[in-house]
Amino acid sequence: MATNASQITPEVVEQHGLSPEEYERVLNALGREPNLLELGIFSVMWSEHCSYKSSRLHLKKLPTEAEWVICGPGENAGVIDIGDGQAAIFKMESHNHPSYIEPYQGAATGVGGILRDVFTMGARPVANANALRFGRPDHPKMKHLVQGVVAGIGGYGNCVGVPTVAGETNFDPAYDGNILVNAMTVGVADADKIFYSAATGVGNPIVYVGSKTGRDGIHGATMASADFEEDAEAKRPTVQVGDPFTEKLLIEACLELMATDAIVAIQDMGAAGLTSSSVEMASNGGVGIRLKMDDVPQREEGMTPYEMMLSESQERMLMVLKPGREPQARAIFEKWELDFAVIGEVTDTGRMVLDFEGETVCDIPLGPLADDAPLYDRPYLSREEYTQWAKITPMKNVPDSADVGADLLKLMGSPALASRRWIFEQYDRQVGADTLQTGGDAGVVRVHGTKKALAISTDCTPRYVHADPYEGGKQAVAEAYRNLCAVGAKPLAITNCLNFANPQRPEIMAQIVHALDGMGEACRTLDFPVVSGNVSLYNESKATGGGSAILPTPAIGGVGLVADYDTLTSIGFKGEGDAIYLIAPEFWAKPDPVRSHLGKSLWLKEIHGRDEGRAPPVDLLAERGAGEIVLRLIEEGLLSAVHDCSDGGLAVTLAEMALAGNIGAEVTANDAYTPAQWWFGEDQSRYVVTVSPDKVEAFNAIVAEGPESEAAALVGFRRLGTVGGDSLLGVEVDELRAANEAFFQEWMEG
Amino acid sequence: MNTAVVTFPGSNCDRDMMVAIAEVFGKQPTQVWHRDTALPDRVDFIALPGGFSYGDYLRSGAMAANSPIMREVKAAAARGVPVLGVCNGFQVLAEAGLLPGALMRNAGQRFVCRDAQLKVENTQTLFTAGYEAGETITIPVAHHDGNYFADEATLDALEGDGRVVFRYAHATNGSRRDIAGIVNESGTVLGMMPHPERAIEAAHGGTDGRRLFESLARSLAEAA
Repeated sequence: MATNASQITPEVVEQHGLSPEEYERVLNALGREPNLLELGIFSVMWSEHCSYKSSRLHLKKLPTEAEWVICGPGENAGVIDIGDGQAAIFKMESHNHPSYIEPYQGAATGVGGILRDVFTMGARPVANANALRFGRPDHPKMKHLVQGVVAGIGGYGNCVGVPTVAGETNFDPAYDGNILVNAMTVGVADADKIFYSAATGVGNPIVYVGSKTGRDGIHGATMASADFEEDAEAKRPTVQVGDPFTEKLLIEACLELMATDAIVAIQDMGAAGLTSSSVEMASNGGVGIRLKMDDVPQREEGMTPYEMMLSESQERMLMVLKPGREPQARAIFEKWELDFAVIGEVTDTGRMVLDFEGETVCDIPLGPLADDAPLYDRPYLSREEYTQWAKITPMKNVPDSADVGADLLKLMGSPALASRRWIFEQYDRQVGADTLQTGGDAGVVRVHGTKKALAISTDCTPRYVHADPYEGGKQAVAEAYRNLCAVGAKPLAITNCLNFANPQRPEIMAQIVHALDGMGEACRTLDFPVVSGNVSLYNESKATGGGSAILPTPAIGGVGLVADYDTLTSIGFKGEGDAIYLIAPEFWAKPDPVRSHLGKSLWLKEIHGRDEGRAPPVDLLAERGAGEIVLRLIEEGLLSAVHDCSDGGLAVTLAEMALAGNIGAEVTANDAYTPAQWWFGEDQSRYVVTVSPDKVEAFNAIVAEGPESEAAALVGFRRLGTVGGDSLLGVEVDELRAANEAFFQEWMEG
Repeated sequence: MNTAVVTFPGSNCDRDMMVAIAEVFGKQPTQVWHRDTALPDRVDFIALPGGFSYGDYLRSGAMAANSPIMREVKAAAARGVPVLGVCNGFQVLAEAGLLPGALMRNAGQRFVCRDAQLKVENTQTLFTAGYEAGETITIPVAHHDGNYFADEATLDALEGDGRVVFRYAHATNGSRRDIAGIVNESGTVLGMMPHPERAIEAAHGGTDGRRLFESLARSLAEAA
């Protein structure tokens, strides 16, 4: 062994992000002192990103099963059955830190990484979505960050040829020093042709394909000390650079090879590159692995095994082939002009052995690497303690709206609600010619060659999660559910991307624990399991004078199935004379001090500059009931427009429907509420729907039939008014549009 | 009718183009790989789809214009075989010299994806006979380099000869004289930035692109 024991000083251990206690575990697992390469491998495998050491205990509580789930968390992405022998494969992942350092490449490689997670499993990617959180728009860096992130997402997805169909963007000073870039990909595969990562078959060749390995992205584990290596230049951490053209080639080549039966197992090289892919493949298969590092395709000369194992160069995959199938596979990758190299073989040793220049440079038992990984039950505040810490109290002196129209106009022009046209026009939303809807409650893409479609929505309301992690966690799942129902899709499953600050602080850990509890509760009640996910912790920074910790942001990516896309509904008002109804929990007929109404509302924040109160609670059974009713009405073809009620409340919902349809409406308030509560309260589980005059009778007949389930019994209807005219709540639709379009235009062009 | 769609490694609208052609022509086109050195026998129509040919890290379409299959496409075009280049396909045709001018980076420097209103300026071509004179149609654009440029004399000549076929009704990418699509001198080679293959059926939100393929199918059937 080329071990130089003197390399491993306490400083070196610390620079690898391992605590002294964790280093003791390394010594235990190995039964001796590691060399630098082995330490590097332990450090990345035991990092928060790969080991989920702070979150694992709590993630276990999430429901991950349903009749239609083919593969839950643990593989590269989640897999669900969408009928006719087809499966949808999807996941959302964060690329936060790189995107703050270098927004274009950070965001681009975030998209690249999540695409690979999905096509690794045998799916052709059919849609991208994203969830973006930025700091306050007037922060000196923010315009640059937004421009870079949006261009990076577009630059990658557009080139690869996957439409970006859904997304959300928030602004809050809590993200000034730590923006969040969460990217999601959905793919479609044959349900009997799913590829997994478990390496099997002693002696089977391990093959490296894609781009060459360079020195990019060797960050977390990079040394600053001079005795690590003489060449200081090689140690400078860099953000990975994406090459979407190579990714496109990689997709086509992998799918072409997957159409044969040559592949035993396949895994993309994402975070921690060759290390995590090889360790996970071997561990999942319960085998050993032996790699010859000299044979790894390298972009630069003089690379060490340490660099090769920890590089995060993009557009690379590792696979195990059936014996003798190398020539067939090589021909495909050469056709697509990609590197192809046999770099090792599957062994029966249960160890990861790396050879370089004729010497064994690493020999780690895989069992202990996995089994001895740290697992933390970090202390956290109870819900009551957290509420106190966060200083959340019921509001006093709740103001009212003096002019609903003026308030609406101001809200529609605020960064929170302003049109995202400047963003979405930079994304190719139609490539593939299967996109059926974007810009509404959910993005919808047809399953190629069928009448089925997949609906996709990304959701989280961080200000709610901050005020009440449990209710906020519930709400994020419930809103995804609602957005899918609103287009006529049966909600099937979610992926989650859990962005939080430092879990070693009990108040942050409380956000994680309670949000996951709420999320799990919602998933169970709504029969909407979690099939994949990603955890991003330590999102805090004081570097730029912003707040230190981000708002807790457990972003949800929901996927639903539209059985026949001819029934698809959209948010825009369709025609003069259509009746407008609110579908909402019955208890919503009159105000109730327990239900907050204006707490944490955008109206309170934008109009009165008050960010306070409690998050609106979600009654999950009512949520389910409202969803069932909306789906039934859509299936019967009775609704001309549907929009869920969320940020900004009822008035904003109506305004968005008016803008999308370019037509106004006459609506009346419920006098039991104050105008502010009625028009701007953000109570949950509500939809606004419209019914055309020729459908009113059939609509009323169904309403008269009464509820079909216990959940539906909780839900009622209320007539709000009628579609028509060119104004809403006293404001011209054109004026609303001008206000809505102005923010990005002025910010970016000004 | 024998049709062919050329696929470069970075093409990403090739399938969409094949689906559109198959739908309208009633027969599956032949997919031709960029390294192929021959087109199908008796090919009646060739389409160059959108995408990023070889990554387009150089000028868009510049490398594709010099690929093996483009020699064959040029030869076929010289024989009068109709050629349609959409988006990246238009860029390739311009780089290959089959159409005059160049497609530069959009004036706003950003990728632009939106429904574009186009004025049909010439309904006397193989591709546009099915449109009404002066009609405004809606076809989506999605490109980063669609800013059409040619010198004034060339532009005047194009206009004078009726070779400007589609014009943006609203400024979209900085194109000289809002040009969205042009044909060659014989009217058999059409390059356009908007994507007609994305406006084929009601589910796309509009069918104005379908009429382009229908026009061509009818023109070719009449000529046969």
